[in-house]
Order: sequence, then C-alpha cells, then structure tokens
Amino acid sequence: MLDWTWFHKLASPPHFYRLAGFLSPWVFWPALGTMVIGAYGGLVLAPPDYQQGDGFRIIYVHVPSAYLSTLIYAVMASAAGIGLIWRIKLAHAVAASAAPIGASFTFVALATGMLWGKPMWGAYWAWDPRLTSELILLFLYLGYMSLRGAFEDLNKADRASAVLALVGVVNLPIIHYSVIWWSSLHQGPSIKKLDSPSITGDMLWPLLAMILGFTLFFAAMLLFRLRAEVLDRERNSRWVADLVREQSPLGVD
Amino acid sequence: MGGYAAFVWSAFGVTAVVIVVNIVSARRRMRSVWQQLVLRAARNSQRRTSQ
Repeated sequence: MLDWTWFHKLASPPHFYRLAGFLSPWVFWPALGTMVIGAYGGLVLAPPDYQQGDGFRIIYVHVPSAYLSTLIYAVMASAAGIGLIWRIKLAHAVAASAAPIGASFTFVALATGMLWGKPMWGAYWAWDPRLTSELILLFLYLGYMSLRGAFEDLNKADRASAVLALVGVVNLPIIHYSVIWWSSLHQGPSIKKLDSPSITGDMLWPLLAMILGFTLFFAAMLLFRLRAEVLDRERNSRWVADLVREQSPLGVD
Repeated sequence: MGGYAAFVWSAFGVTAVVIVVNIVSARRRMRSVWQQLVLRAARNSQRRTSQ
C-alpha cells in the first residue's frame, strides 16, 4: 500500500516553508548559471541562420519564455484545481504565487516575438492565431490576479480565481496547436522531437540550456514567492508567531 | 549582428529586465510580509505588557 505521509508532510505549511527556504538557493544559482551559459552559447557560439542571419538569436529568449508562459499556466491551473477539489491551502498558495511569474514571462514572449516579427515579417504585430492566443493567455493571467485582488475574503478569492484558472486551460491546446490548425505567419515547432529536431546541434544546445535555465528560474521564483505567501496566509498560526520571535531583530516577545 | 543588433539586444534586454524585476519583487514581497508580522508581534507583545 502506498505511503502518503510524505505528501501530507509536504502540504504542511511550516514544513514546506523550511523546505522551500533550504531548496531555493540550490535552484536559483544553477538557474542563473545555466541561463548565462545558454545566452553565451546563443549569442556567441551558435552560427547565424542561413535565412534569418543573426536575427534568429532572439529564439534563445523567445522560445524559453513562450514555453514557460504555458508551463506556468498549467502549473497554476493544476494547483488551483487541487486546491478547489481537495481544499489544500498550499495548493492555492502555489497558484497565487505562480501567476505573476507567468504573466511576466508571457509579456516577455510577446515582446520578444514582436521584436523578432518586425525584421522577419515586416510588422511588430499581426492578428495571427499564435500571437492572439498568447495575448489571451496574458489577459487570463491578469484577470486571475485582478480577481484575487477583488476579494477581501481569502477563501472566496481562492475559489473564484481557481475557477477562472481552470476555465482558461482551454487556451493551452489552442496556443500549442494554433500553428498546425490554422494558416499562420508563425513558424511551426523547432524541437517537436528531441531525436529529430529541425535545427542543428550547434544551435540546439544553447536553446535547451536556456529552456532548462528558465525552468529552474521559475522554480526558484516560485519557492521565493511561496515562502512569503505561506507566511502571510499563516500569520495567525502559532508556528509563525514562534518564527517571528526567533528571528526578529527587534527582539519581539 | 548583421543589421539585427537593435532587435536582438532589445529582446535580450527586455528578458534581463523582467528576470531582475522578478527577483526584486519576490524579495520585496517577502520583506513586506515579514515587516507586517514583526509589527503585529510587537503590537501583541505591547498589549500583553500593558494588561
């Protein structure tokens, strides 16, 4: 029979707070290191593209941020769903902490896409299915955060925003398959299968390094934000009072 | 950068700014929550002393 004690322990706010504090530097510094290596590989070591020249180097920030924008939404919606169904407080905290990070990387995906679109398509913006569905994703993140902010009662905010997050999941397959389903200005996937990618190895490894670095960076930011979110939600609990007494420079008693 | 420098560096610049903003805002959020908790604890402690 499966032992679920580890899961219950993980969902315990004081245990999670300490675990996140321990893990965050071990994720944050490798994330920055991997991103620096990936950026150097993409900007300096990778050869120019035979059609797009050096303009293709925007891929090294555009693709990881676009990938992260959908990954974070999936994490946020899953956590919101878990919180809604099983009423796990930590799950709502995960969703609330992931939203601003997701919104920021969706903005990066759109901004870098526009900067790539201008020299390649001749326009910063086109009402293309991929671009439009990614813009809708940004509005979903902003809507989720606004809805949370509209409620004074945290439980109501958690429930209402979780429903919105779950409804918005329908946009994820639309973003992914938009370049296949509809005629699109946007190119198709470059790394559909890792064993047969459509770009050469010299260009691929910095991209994979950047994707890994961005993912680790998201994990680190989520852990940072979650610690604050957990403390805020648990402000009336005994363990937070004890923690403040232990660590406060003011010597509160 | 073969005529694409402005676009490439702007894209990397926007990304770097957003990465820094993420780090700073996470730290500010933690500091703000912690300050509120310390103030609250100080108020509670003062109330207990005055009773």
